[in-house]
Amino acid sequence: MSMNRGGRPTSAQGGCSSDSPTFTGNRALVIEEPLLFEVGDVSKTGVDLDEPEVHEKRLGALERSGIGLPGLTEPEVMRHYVRLSQKNFAIDSGIYPLGSCTMKHNPRLNEKMARLPGFADVHPLQPQSSVQGALELIDTLAAWLLELTGMAGVAMSPKAGAHGEFCGMAAIKFAQRAKGDARSIVLVPESAHGTNPATAALLGYKVRDVPAREDGTVSPDAVKEALGPDVAAIMLTNPNTCGLFERDIVAIADAVHEAGAYFYCDGANFNAIVGKARPGDLGIDCMHINLHKTFSTPHGGGGPGSGPVVFSQALAPYAPVPYVVRNGEEFALVETSGAAEGAEPFGRQTAFHGQMGMFVRALAYMMSHGSDGLRQASEDAVLNANYVRAGLRDVMTQPFGDQVCMHEVLFDDSFLKDTGVTTLDFAKAMIDEGFHPMTMYFPLVVHGALLIEPTESESKASLDQFIAALRDLVRAAKGNDKERLTGAPHHAPWARLDETRAARQPVLRWTGDAPAEAAE
Amino acid sequence: MTEMKYTEDHEYLRVDGDVATIGISNHAQEQLGDVVFVELPEVGKVCAKGEEAAVVESVKAAAEVNAPVSGEVVETNGELESNPGLVNEDPEGGAWFIKLKLSDKSELDGMMDADAYGKFVAEQG
Amino acid sequence: MRYLPLTDADRQSMLAAIGVQNIGDLFADIPEEVRLKDLVELPRRAGEMDVERQLGAMAARNTPASSAPFFVGCGAYKHHVPASVDHLIQRSEFLTSYTPYQPEISQGTLQYLFEFQTQVALLTGMEVANASMYDGSTACGEAVLMAHRLTRRSKAVLSGGLHPQYRNVVEMLSDLTEFPLNALAADPAGSEDLIAAIDDETACVVVQSPDVFGRVRDLSAIAAAAHEKGALLIAVVTEVISLGALKPPGEMGADIVVAEGQSIGVGLNFGGPHVGLLATQQKHIRQLPGRICGETVDANGKRGFVLTLSTREQHIRREKATSNICTNSGLCALAFSIHLSLLGETGLMRLARINHANAVALADALSGIAGVELLTPEFFNEFTIRVPGQGIETIEALARKGVLGGVPAARLAPDQTGLDDLIIVAATEVNSSADRDAYVKALQEVLS
Repeated sequence: MSMNRGGRPTSAQGGCSSDSPTFTGNRALVIEEPLLFEVGDVSKTGVDLDEPEVHEKRLGALERSGIGLPGLTEPEVMRHYVRLSQKNFAIDSGIYPLGSCTMKHNPRLNEKMARLPGFADVHPLQPQSSVQGALELIDTLAAWLLELTGMAGVAMSPKAGAHGEFCGMAAIKFAQRAKGDARSIVLVPESAHGTNPATAALLGYKVRDVPAREDGTVSPDAVKEALGPDVAAIMLTNPNTCGLFERDIVAIADAVHEAGAYFYCDGANFNAIVGKARPGDLGIDCMHINLHKTFSTPHGGGGPGSGPVVFSQALAPYAPVPYVVRNGEEFALVETSGAAEGAEPFGRQTAFHGQMGMFVRALAYMMSHGSDGLRQASEDAVLNANYVRAGLRDVMTQPFGDQVCMHEVLFDDSFLKDTGVTTLDFAKAMIDEGFHPMTMYFPLVVHGALLIEPTESESKASLDQFIAALRDLVRAAKGNDKERLTGAPHHAPWARLDETRAARQPVLRWTGDAPAEAAE
Repeated sequence: MTEMKYTEDHEYLRVDGDVATIGISNHAQEQLGDVVFVELPEVGKVCAKGEEAAVVESVKAAAEVNAPVSGEVVETNGELESNPGLVNEDPEGGAWFIKLKLSDKSELDGMMDADAYGKFVAEQG
Repeated sequence: MRYLPLTDADRQSMLAAIGVQNIGDLFADIPEEVRLKDLVELPRRAGEMDVERQLGAMAARNTPASSAPFFVGCGAYKHHVPASVDHLIQRSEFLTSYTPYQPEISQGTLQYLFEFQTQVALLTGMEVANASMYDGSTACGEAVLMAHRLTRRSKAVLSGGLHPQYRNVVEMLSDLTEFPLNALAADPAGSEDLIAAIDDETACVVVQSPDVFGRVRDLSAIAAAAHEKGALLIAVVTEVISLGALKPPGEMGADIVVAEGQSIGVGLNFGGPHVGLLATQQKHIRQLPGRICGETVDANGKRGFVLTLSTREQHIRREKATSNICTNSGLCALAFSIHLSLLGETGLMRLARINHANAVALADALSGIAGVELLTPEFFNEFTIRVPGQGIETIEALARKGVLGGVPAARLAPDQTGLDDLIIVAATEVNSSADRDAYVKALQEVLS
C-alpha cells in the first residue's frame, strides 16, 4: 500500500495536574467560556428592532415557526468573544514562523482603508457609473501586480490561492483545447503544496511526479525526462517549499515550452523575490499570488484569502470574467464571456468580482512600501530566515546541507534521532516558550520536516530570543529534560487534544447531549 | 491449510483454498498511527491486481490498499466501519479488510512469508 | 520603513553572523540575467497620510449603499451590522491568527467555528455544516461536485431560477471538469418543469429559493422526485435572512444546502469577501469539501475542539482530495456568528418580518405605477417587476436621480431572452418609508 509519510502521534498524552485547582476552573486571565448554546437563550436578543406593522404576508405556505438559535445581549456577546479571543495565539502576540504561510505583520492602515464606505459599503451590482472608484482600485492593483511580476494579464476574481491555481490551470486547459491539443498529464514534484495535485486532478489531469536533486531543487534533466506530448503543464513552486530558489528555472521553462507545455508557478512564496526577480522574466506562464501572504492581508483564522493570477501573453486571452477595462478616465467591467472583445475567457469562477476587501488592503500595503520598501521587505525576509539558519545550523539538521535559503529555512528530524523526542514534541514545546510552532511534516519529501519562516516583521532581538530558545530545546531533547518536550505543552490553556477521538466519533455540532465516553 | 503471505506494500494475504483474506500488516498499522476510518469496496467488485480496493485513514494520513492479487470481492469486514480502531488492535487477525476469490493463484508466487517480510521491514529501517 | 524592524546596523551584523558579504549573496541562486538590478517602475514608499489621501480619493468616487435610497440585491444585500461585530473581529487574536493547526493555542478560533457550524445547521435545518466556503457561488459549485461523489453519477440539473452567476460557475466547472449539465432557461414567470428534467443519470438538481427573481418555492415535491430517481437536491439560498421567515430547506428534503451568508455580519464589500455556507446530513460528511471542526477532549479530559476529518483535504489526500480548497472564510464566518449571536432566533425572525414587510410595501407601491407589473406574487424581501422599456436604461436613469433601484435582469444574464424589461428589486430593514417614496417618485418620473 502507498503511504503518506506525515504520520505523527495524534492521541492525547501527558497533561498537567500539578497546578492548584480553582473553584471556577479559571486561571486568572484565562477564563473558561462555555459554548454560545450553553450561555444564550432563544428569547434574548442583542439587537433592538421594532415589530413591523401588520400586513398581508406573501410567503406562500412556507412560514417558519422556530429555529432554536440562542441570542445574547451585547455585554454578553462581548464577554463571550473576548474570552474566546484570549485563547488564540496571533501574530500580534508573538513570532508565528509557519513556513509557507507568511505570517507577517498586518498593518492597521489597511483595515482602516478597507472600511471606507466607498469600498466596504458598495454593492457589486450597482450601476457601474456609481462605482468608478472601486473599478479604479481594481485596475490600479492589477497594474501593480503586473509590474511586479512582469506578466501580460491578470485575473483578479479568484477567491484564494487554491482558487487561483484552478484559474491558472483552467486557462491552460482551455488554451490547449482551443488549439486542438488536449493533453492529459501535469507534472508536480512531491514537495508541492497539496493544492497543486488536487487542482490538477480536479481538472481531470493525471499527476506525474518530478524527482528533486540531492540539493532539494529540480533539475532540467529530470523535467525533460518527464515531459512528453501528453504533458499539459508543470506546476512548480518557486522559491520551492524547501525554501530554495529553483536556480535552473529558466532552463526548466525553456524545456517545458519546447515540449508544447505551460509553466504554472505556485506563487505562495513570491514574497521572497518581490522586487528582486520577475516571474515573467523567468519564463512562467501563470502564477497565483496569495494576497494574504505576500501582501499582508490578514489571515483571519484561516481566511478570507485572495488569489489573483497573472498570465503570460500566451495565456492572457483565456483569463476568466469578470475583468476591468479602462477607457481613458472611465472604467468598465466585462462580466460575461459573450461581452469579451479580443479574448476567449474560460468562463466565470465566482459570482461578482473577487475579494475587494482584500484588494484594498493589499494596495494599501503596496503603496505604503513602494518599489523600494517592497524590495527591502523581500531582502529582510530572506535575511531573517538565513539568520535563523545560521543560529541553528550547528544544533539542528538540514536535509540538503547548509546552503543559503530564501525566506524560509527547512530542518529535518535527524538531530532528534535516538532522543525519543519527535518533531511534534519539539514543536509543542515551542508553545510553552511563547512561540507558535513552525510548519511541521511539510514538505512531505523531508522526514519530520520543520519549516521556519520568520518573515521581515521580526526584529533582530526577537530572532535572537527565538534562536536561543530553540537551542535550549535541542539541549533538553538530547539531555535529561525530555519531559519538557514529550509532554508539551505544559503551559497552554489546553493540553494536547485527542484528534483520534474527534475523527473516530465525529461531533460536528452542539446538540445538548452529554459527550460520549472517550474511545479506548 | 492456510498460509500467510506479505507484499512489499505491507498488505498480508491469508490464503485458504482459492480465497485470500486481505488486510494490512502490524508494521503498517504502526506506521499509520491511530486508524480512524476504513473504506471498503462493495461485495461483488472485481479487482485487478494493483487496483485500489480499500482506503485506510489515520488522523494525519490516508493510504490506499491496492488489491495484491486479482479477484472478486466475496466478503468485507463490516466491523471496521463501526470500529476502525480494531486495525490497530488486531491487524492481522480480526481486522481483515476483504476476502478475495482469487482468479489467478500464480500471482501469489514470489510473495514473502512472515520471516521474509520481517527481514524486509527490518532492512527498510 | 514603518513596518520593517531591522536597522542597517542589525542587517550588517546579521550578514556577518550568516557569513556572507552582502545581501546580494543571499540571492545568488537567482540567475544573473533575470536578477533585477534596479527598482521596479512603481512609486516609492508612502506615509500613512499619503496612502489615505490616494485611496480616499478612489473611495470618494463610489456611491455607498448607505448614502442613497438603495434597493440592489441579487445575491448581496444591504443590512445593518451592529457596531460590536466589527469591533470584535478586529481583535488581534482573531484577525492575525491563522488556520488553527495548533489546537492548544487556537481554541478561540476552533470554538467559534464549532458554534458557527451549529448555527448554520440550525438555520438551514440540516444536521451538519462545514467551517465555511469562499462564498455562496463557489459553495454551489462544490456542492455539485460533492453530489457527483455521493451518487457516482455526473449530470447536474439547474433550475432557471438559479442566480445566473452561480449558474455560470457550474457551467464553467461542467465545461472544464467535464460533466453533463442541463441548465434550464431563465424563468422569471416561475413556470419551469424541473421535475421533468430529472432522469436516471441525474446526480443532483440545484434549486434556489427564494430564487433570483425573488420567488419563494416549496422544494418538497422536487426533493421527492429527485430522490425517486436516486438524485440529490441541492438547495441554494442567496439571502440568508430569509431563513428567519421561511421553512428551511432541510425540512423540505434537501440533501445539501448552500447559502451566501454575507447578509449576516459581513457587509457588501463590492462582492467580496463574503462567506459561503455548506450544510448536509451526517451520513455525507466524508464527502464534504473544506475544513470541519469537531469536538474532542484534551489529555486532561477537558472539552476542546480540533480540525477533523482532514484526510478528505488536499494537504493529506493530494490528488484524491474531495476538493482543492484550502482556506475557508474564517473571519467572515466569525462576523456571521457574532451577528447571529446578537440576533438570536428572536432578533432574526423579527428582522426577517421587517424585511418582508418592507418588500411587500414597496412591491405594492411600485406595481401601483402605471405600466409597472409585479411578476412574483410570493416573495421574501426581493421581487421582480416588468417596466415599460429597457431595465438597464431604467436603472441608469434612476441612478441619475439618486436612487439605486435594483438589478436589471439582463445585466446578470445577457445570453438569456425575455429579461430585457425586468428589474429585480430588494428591500431590507435599512429602507425607510422615505426611501420607498423616493423610489416611487423617481420611477414615475423616469417612466413618464
